[in-house]
Amino acid sequence: MIALLLRDLKLAFRAGGGFGLGLAFFLIVTVLVPFSVGPQSSLLATIAPGVLWLGALLACLLSLDRLLALDWEDGSLDLLATAPLPLESVVTIKALAHWITTGLPLVLAAPVLGVLLNLPGPGFGWLVVSLLIGTPALSVIGTFGAALTVGLKRGGLLLSLLVLPLYVPTLIFGAEVARRGATGMEVQTPLLMLAGITAATVALLPFASAAVLRINLR
Amino acid sequence: MILTVTDLAIARGGVPVLEGLSFALPPGKALILRGPNGIGKTTLLRTLAGLQQPLSGRIEGAEDRIAYAAHSDGLKPTLTVTENLIFWASVFGTRDIQPALEAFALNELADRHAGNLSAGQKRRLGLARMLVTGRPIWMLDEPTVSLDKTAVAMFADAVRAHLGQGGSALIATHIDLGLDGEVLDVGPNKARPKALDDLDGGFL
Repeated sequence: MIALLLRDLKLAFRAGGGFGLGLAFFLIVTVLVPFSVGPQSSLLATIAPGVLWLGALLACLLSLDRLLALDWEDGSLDLLATAPLPLESVVTIKALAHWITTGLPLVLAAPVLGVLLNLPGPGFGWLVVSLLIGTPALSVIGTFGAALTVGLKRGGLLLSLLVLPLYVPTLIFGAEVARRGATGMEVQTPLLMLAGITAATVALLPFASAAVLRINLR
Repeated sequence: MILTVTDLAIARGGVPVLEGLSFALPPGKALILRGPNGIGKTTLLRTLAGLQQPLSGRIEGAEDRIAYAAHSDGLKPTLTVTENLIFWASVFGTRDIQPALEAFALNELADRHAGNLSAGQKRRLGLARMLVTGRPIWMLDEPTVSLDKTAVAMFADAVRAHLGQGGSALIATHIDLGLDGEVLDVGPNKARPKALDDLDGGFL
């Protein structure tokens, strides 16, 4: 299992591995927002938590179609399915590798980009916390979507359509934590909801992903 | 332990391709799978490897003992030859990749990226993967595609060595490998369309 994680990380960091794609997208979106909505700092402060969360979510979505498709194309997914690793752990490791190469850099970059959007002081901590708790769910749900569409030519569109509705609860509660945190309000309820969604998806979705993958590999 | 297949029927994309297939593969033996294109040799190997379910029939002695090599080698172009092999070795819980490198004369290429290999070299690497799996039953689907004569001989030697250690192999191939294995021609097992006594019922 560790071998698979290390291989996926190595592949992501090597040339053409796609590391930094999500991060660059996140950067571009947040840098361009002040140009499009205007430089009023009060307006930017209001929309900053939502924009940062939406940017992070879309950046996550960007790399999903490669998550299993590459392994499917070169045949290693078939070989992994006949290896001693259970498919459930294969998809969990794949999701973890996706989170480390996409989700984690977004979490770390978010406070820096928050400055560009004039995010209020108390919001920084909550933004990082909410992203840290929320992005694993994005990776796990994304892996499920990738498992559903693996083997389809140009499955990226279908993947986005399938995954976006599943991302909505995480977006709502994640952005709510960041927004309430930024305005100094109570964050406990949305934070618990966000953590609950992440815990549930991490616990249940790998089994669903492995099941659909088995059907898709037939 | 013998791999036993009894009255197996398999389908590709929902269409039955082979039926009534029975054979046994004892340790130390190779079975050469023959049959015209499209008869279902790949489907048979995939079914035995556990990638898909048979329509009916029994497969015994296959669980966790099969190493499967498909048409594609499952190599990562940005990893080196050694890294590719080490990955598969650790997935299968083995360590030593040196014998595999030697058996397919890959030592000189060990630090090359798999993406820079020629088609035949890639195939050799894909076949070297079988050695690091440490599994007793090899299922090989057209293993000699894009191999030159020397490499085919290397491959035949590797299979012979594997059989000598009590392993077994099921090989779908159209060429003569010079192995003393039985030939399993699946041609006669082609699935026949069901005779329909009641055409309306069949349509429904």
